[in-house]
Amino acid sequence: MKILNAALIACALTSVGIAAAEARDLTVVSWGGNYQDAQRKIYFEPFAKQLGKPVLDESWDGGYGVLQAKVKAGVPNWDAVQVEAEELALGCADGIYEKIDWEKLGGKSKFLPAAVSDCGVGAIVWSTGISYDGDKLKEAPTSWADFWDTKKIPGKRGLRKGAKYALEFALMADGVAADQVYTVLATPEGVDRAFKKLDELKPNIVWWEAGAQPLQLLSSGEVVMTSAYNGRITGLNRTEGKHFGFVFPGSIYAIDSWVVLKDSPNKDAALDFIAYASKPDNQSQLPQYIAYGLPNIEAGKLVPEKYQAELPTSPDNLKGAITLDVDFWTDNSEALTQRFNAWLAQ
Amino acid sequence: MNRSELNKRLVSLMLVGPLFLFLVLFFAVPLVSMMKSAVSDPVAAEVLPATARAVSGWDRSSPPSDEMKAALVADLRQIGEDQLFGDLVRRLNSAKSGFRTLMPKTRAAALEAGGNIDLVALDRRWADPSYWQAVTVATSSTITDRNLLAAVDLQRDASNTIVALPPDASANKAIMIRTFVMSLTVTLACVLIGLPFAMITASVDGWKRQLLLGAVLLPLWTSLLVRTAAWFILLQDRGPINSMLTYLGIISAPLPLIFNRTGVIIAMTHVLLPFMVLPIFSVLIGIPKNLMPAAASLGAHPVRAFLSVLLPLSLRGVVSGALLVFMSALGYYITPALIGGAKDQMISSVIAYYATGAANWGMAGALGLVLLAATMILYAIYLRLSSDREARP
Repeated sequence: MKILNAALIACALTSVGIAAAEARDLTVVSWGGNYQDAQRKIYFEPFAKQLGKPVLDESWDGGYGVLQAKVKAGVPNWDAVQVEAEELALGCADGIYEKIDWEKLGGKSKFLPAAVSDCGVGAIVWSTGISYDGDKLKEAPTSWADFWDTKKIPGKRGLRKGAKYALEFALMADGVAADQVYTVLATPEGVDRAFKKLDELKPNIVWWEAGAQPLQLLSSGEVVMTSAYNGRITGLNRTEGKHFGFVFPGSIYAIDSWVVLKDSPNKDAALDFIAYASKPDNQSQLPQYIAYGLPNIEAGKLVPEKYQAELPTSPDNLKGAITLDVDFWTDNSEALTQRFNAWLAQ
Repeated sequence: MNRSELNKRLVSLMLVGPLFLFLVLFFAVPLVSMMKSAVSDPVAAEVLPATARAVSGWDRSSPPSDEMKAALVADLRQIGEDQLFGDLVRRLNSAKSGFRTLMPKTRAAALEAGGNIDLVALDRRWADPSYWQAVTVATSSTITDRNLLAAVDLQRDASNTIVALPPDASANKAIMIRTFVMSLTVTLACVLIGLPFAMITASVDGWKRQLLLGAVLLPLWTSLLVRTAAWFILLQDRGPINSMLTYLGIISAPLPLIFNRTGVIIAMTHVLLPFMVLPIFSVLIGIPKNLMPAAASLGAHPVRAFLSVLLPLSLRGVVSGALLVFMSALGYYITPALIGGAKDQMISSVIAYYATGAANWGMAGALGLVLLAATMILYAIYLRLSSDREARP
């Protein structure tokens, strides 16, 4: 038994030694593709220079369980993570994020009210809507009804794999007014109606998961239209001279936030990073690469005129668009996702 | 026991020590914790002790009593740790959608106000017995069969009898069956390709054998993800296969090879083929070379000699190869995710959703447990059949 004990202790000691010897650099996690390329240029690299240490960046495609598992495991291997509104709400209630020191960021009043939370700082205001290749489509789609109309515009369509967004878009295609979508979706009949509408389009849908995928699907001609994140579309148009269009009426906008995972070994550096990425001077550079709205009010004003019109926060683009109902999805995500997965499998 | 004997014991213990540790750490502990998470459900009873007592006498249908509400408020005030509260909310919301927003709101109100608070005035949902039913079920016991039942599309209704889930709510059973069917198809395809391949490899010598073995081993040393990505490129509508066939004029429109079952089976068969070829090959090279000439000298036609000499002898390799391939195929995740469409996902993708998407470890554990049990049953049937065959003279 002694030997066994000794072996166990030896194992434990080596693992502690390894953990202590390996001081990980600050790890920032975002959503990949041309969005993360832009962030690397304007946030990660300059901040690493200022810090005098490397900043590692990784990408993910969301999923609350990923974050929860990392925190439950003890010392997380990610520090600052960009999360969607639903993950922010879930994690903040569950206590898996560090609290934000708003003094460091210049006070809550400097930000859009919706971008302020105890556990997170708004990173971008982004929109999900219909996008299409303007060079290939003679007649551009203008609504979700067009998206569903395979006679008018034949071909496959791309949608983000998941109940969130797909159900809202289906209801809009079925004639529900944009501002009524969540009222209808809150009833069991509304959910049935959305799934029934999705049934119609099911054979023509290609499902995507990572934000860079819809751009590839559109470029390769695999789909004629797809739901996509607006910033990436304008980003691609600028860098590759494409003429992809984005339909703002009927789009759904939401705020992504920076959070710091609980018990992160680089907590202070992570909070400093968030403060750096929230400074008006730094944040206002984002729209020249990627057309996302800025949560820092001062930064929003610094954006040059020519980029303003493309942002989801510009008054023209807000017409007919709705905001994601975070409360609805925190409550119903699990049940609806389960049903959605069952629907997909049939 | 004398001293030298004790020393011997210790030395032998030391030799198996690493193996023992390895088995415990990487096999027993994960397996047991997975099984435990599938059936254990202690959080509600632990965090809401007063509520548990208050609801135990409730008839589960009448309007909730004031005593129940007061107990819940008292319990919510007691919870110190946010993560524990999070576990409770997740548990309740997974039984009844709505607790996610309801509980934090109620807890905040309970902490803010000192005395008794009117829950129904705070949120109308507290007047709805179905929310209290979820609380009652969750607090009534520290172990649960909820996850295991849900893993096979069943649930307990309000009167505690086991009923089927609505057909559009869950498709675990269908996906489980699909997993077995796909694994079986891949195994069959591997036998059909692997057996002749291994026979040819075993029948040649020198550089030819090295070349053929290399063709099997080289892919084995390449990462699974890389091989799957390569198939993604090969199979797509404008990939090499479709371009070649179009160029040759065999087809006019691209064959649908990707995002469907065909593509997944092709890619999985390729990835798993080495596990079929190698066991058959190792059995075949152990068979004396003169058996086939001996059969021929006794007047057997080559087909007859093959069927009654070589095939039965190589069958042991086929069976162990088939087991290896089938068992590995059951857990496949990356290949169906990249090559398959929505209807080709296997049970591992559902498990991954519960683990990484919903943070519902109980459901993930229960699905794993059901898969393990189904596999064990199949294995037992196989053992039974194979021992029958060996017993026969």
